[in-house]
Amino acid sequence: MDVVMLSRLQFAAATMFHFLFVPLTLGLSVLVAYMETRYVRTGDETYLRMTKFWGKLFLINFALGVVTGITLEFQFGTNWSRYSAYVGDVFGSLLAIEASVAFFLESTFIGIWIFGWNKLSKKAHATVMWLVAGAGNLSAVWILLANGWMQHPVGFTIRDGRAELTDFLAVITNKFGLLEIAHTIPSAFLLAAFFMMGISAWHLLKKQHVTFFTRSFNIGLVVGLVSSIVVAVTGDMHAVHVTETQPAKLAAMESHWETRTRAPIVMFAVPDEENERNRVEIGRIPGALSLLGHHDINAAVTGLKDIPRDERPPVLPTFVSFRTMVALGTLFPLLTIVGLFLRKRLLESRWYLWVMLLAIPLPYLAIEMGWVLAEVGRQPWIVHGLLKTANAASPVAASQVMTSLVGFILVYGLLGIAGFYLIADFARKGPETATENR
Amino acid sequence: MELQSVWFFLWGLLWAVFFMTDGFDLGIGSLYPFLGRSERDKNMMIHAMGPLWDGNEVWLITAGGVTFAAFPLFYAVMFSSLYSALMLILFALILRGVSFEFRNKVNRPAWKRVWDVCIFVGSFVPALLFGVAFGNIFKGIPIDQDGVYLGNLFTLLNPYGLLAGVLFVCLFLMHGALWLTIRTDGDLAGRAERLAGLLWPVLTGVAVVFLVATYIFTALYDNYLARPVLFLVPAISVAAIVGIKYFLMQKAFFRAWFASAATIVSCTFFGVIGLFPNLFPSSVKAEYSLTAFNASSSPLTLKIMLIVVLLFVPAVLAYQVWAYRLFSVKVTDEDLAHEEMY
Repeated sequence: MDVVMLSRLQFAAATMFHFLFVPLTLGLSVLVAYMETRYVRTGDETYLRMTKFWGKLFLINFALGVVTGITLEFQFGTNWSRYSAYVGDVFGSLLAIEASVAFFLESTFIGIWIFGWNKLSKKAHATVMWLVAGAGNLSAVWILLANGWMQHPVGFTIRDGRAELTDFLAVITNKFGLLEIAHTIPSAFLLAAFFMMGISAWHLLKKQHVTFFTRSFNIGLVVGLVSSIVVAVTGDMHAVHVTETQPAKLAAMESHWETRTRAPIVMFAVPDEENERNRVEIGRIPGALSLLGHHDINAAVTGLKDIPRDERPPVLPTFVSFRTMVALGTLFPLLTIVGLFLRKRLLESRWYLWVMLLAIPLPYLAIEMGWVLAEVGRQPWIVHGLLKTANAASPVAASQVMTSLVGFILVYGLLGIAGFYLIADFARKGPETATENR
Repeated sequence: MELQSVWFFLWGLLWAVFFMTDGFDLGIGSLYPFLGRSERDKNMMIHAMGPLWDGNEVWLITAGGVTFAAFPLFYAVMFSSLYSALMLILFALILRGVSFEFRNKVNRPAWKRVWDVCIFVGSFVPALLFGVAFGNIFKGIPIDQDGVYLGNLFTLLNPYGLLAGVLFVCLFLMHGALWLTIRTDGDLAGRAERLAGLLWPVLTGVAVVFLVATYIFTALYDNYLARPVLFLVPAISVAAIVGIKYFLMQKAFFRAWFASAATIVSCTFFGVIGLFPNLFPSSVKAEYSLTAFNASSSPLTLKIMLIVVLLFVPAVLAYQVWAYRLFSVKVTDEDLAHEEMY
């Protein structure tokens, strides 16, 4: 395999692994801060125990998120040096701002939160968690703006053989980035809410710590309901913007070959990229794609045939990831609405608790699929319309990248096993044993 | 001064602050298997750096991010040239970071041993390799006119590079031992103090050899000979090293630690000033070198980033100083028993 492919695999592995832990921390940090504030306001010890129990699960994820994030920043230099040299003038500043404005705050105050229980007043301690939560989400905003620029570059000019910044305001108000923020951050809250509901369901099935986990479940339910609706709405807005800015991605999302008005959506298809058609098509909804992409049933939607072959993304992964994401995104609000009706008799609704327990992995799957769609769907571009991925890699030996890729797989594999073991172990033990782990 | 020059020194400052802050916890991690005899010792050492290491490491992220933003070509060439060395540093930092969080979560000796090893390797390897990397930058790196690196990992492990690595390790060990004298008590604090005393002649010796070797292997002194007033910076290093010994003898451990911090910052600046305006000198041909002027971002980006840095770095320093003050007292048994801590 060549350096470009190896580097892509390595970046994909590193990002997707990082993204297993970060979304949970974005949502859970706010929920933990909320619980601690409730404790400070009401003096109710259950909220303190909730803060500590969910806080512990938050911290394990946080550690994994932080350490896997460090490599990402440096990989732009190690593996994508031609990209970095070409767009660093615009892109680099967003990463630098993320570190100095947000990541510092988060990392400094998390240490204070962990070690400051007997050093700060209750109120100050709760405030520290809000700072951590705010800074974490602010980090995500800057990273998504950086990604948004790769999806739809704005505010620059080409000078001396590279992209130079001309309009910083345009970069930080880039609609593509803002829509990614509006879609991704609520997804992180959705994931955290389902995580909380799923683990609570497990304990409620065993009828242990009932008050504790009923309360946790209800917090998850409210956050899950609101965020799943927001995710669906912003996802739809995002799709319209993708249609405008990245017609090739939209066409690949739907395996849509011919440019036409009243374009249909097919529920299920097997794309045949070689012959520019779908081998199998089941469940055609006429006009639905025009409606999705343009909010107009009669609008024309560009097909893949009208996009040069060397500018088309790989159709199958784009198509499958989009479908999986949308199917799950439809399921989430339904699950929470059912929960809303059952919330008075949760303990008796054992089937529902089982469903919610088994649903824990689903938001993870959805959020990873969203990432695949965003990144694979942008190919062959690394910066859409500006620089191709094939021209962006570092001039390093393939053997070097191969070695580091194997290193990533080994280290991340072991970390993943250790991390999930710890998370599962603490989640299963519940709040009481959380105090006697030394 | 031109914007590029301002950025050159800000770049140096960020690395200096990173070495000054993270240096003590990399040092403690490297001392961990040797000073941590009992389980209580080990927990004490982890607690000594626990609240602060994460914030310290962000200086690395910021130094990296600022390199990217201010000198993108340098960022691209440096990290792709130092590919294997940097990957080793990153893997080491990953293992170290999770070790703190994971180690005490399972009460099995085998589990703890695994993370104990990771704490040591994860601290020692970066300490050494950061020194090796900077030593090689001082010396010049074999890059061609397109910024393509003509060596491999072992090219970096030359005598001068390794000497710089040893110097960094000594600086960080001293810095870590002194921090332990501040935050721990009893037997452990006593051993840390004795170790700092033993390290001092070693550090001084390595520093002297390094200064001489720098004259032989690098062109760093050119800037100093052109403007002798700059010799003030290495003079500060000398004074600071002497200060470490002086304050150690007086048992003024805080001041000794500050002297050690001043040593690290002035040593970094000794190199940065000697390097100017080169960021990444080519050992193949001087014209291929990347400088603050040919590798920088556009004036607009440099201006925006300057505003960001001037606004936020002082704020970061303010809240980190507050955090340091909060956690510069001795770790107590009550702290060790506290549940959320590592």
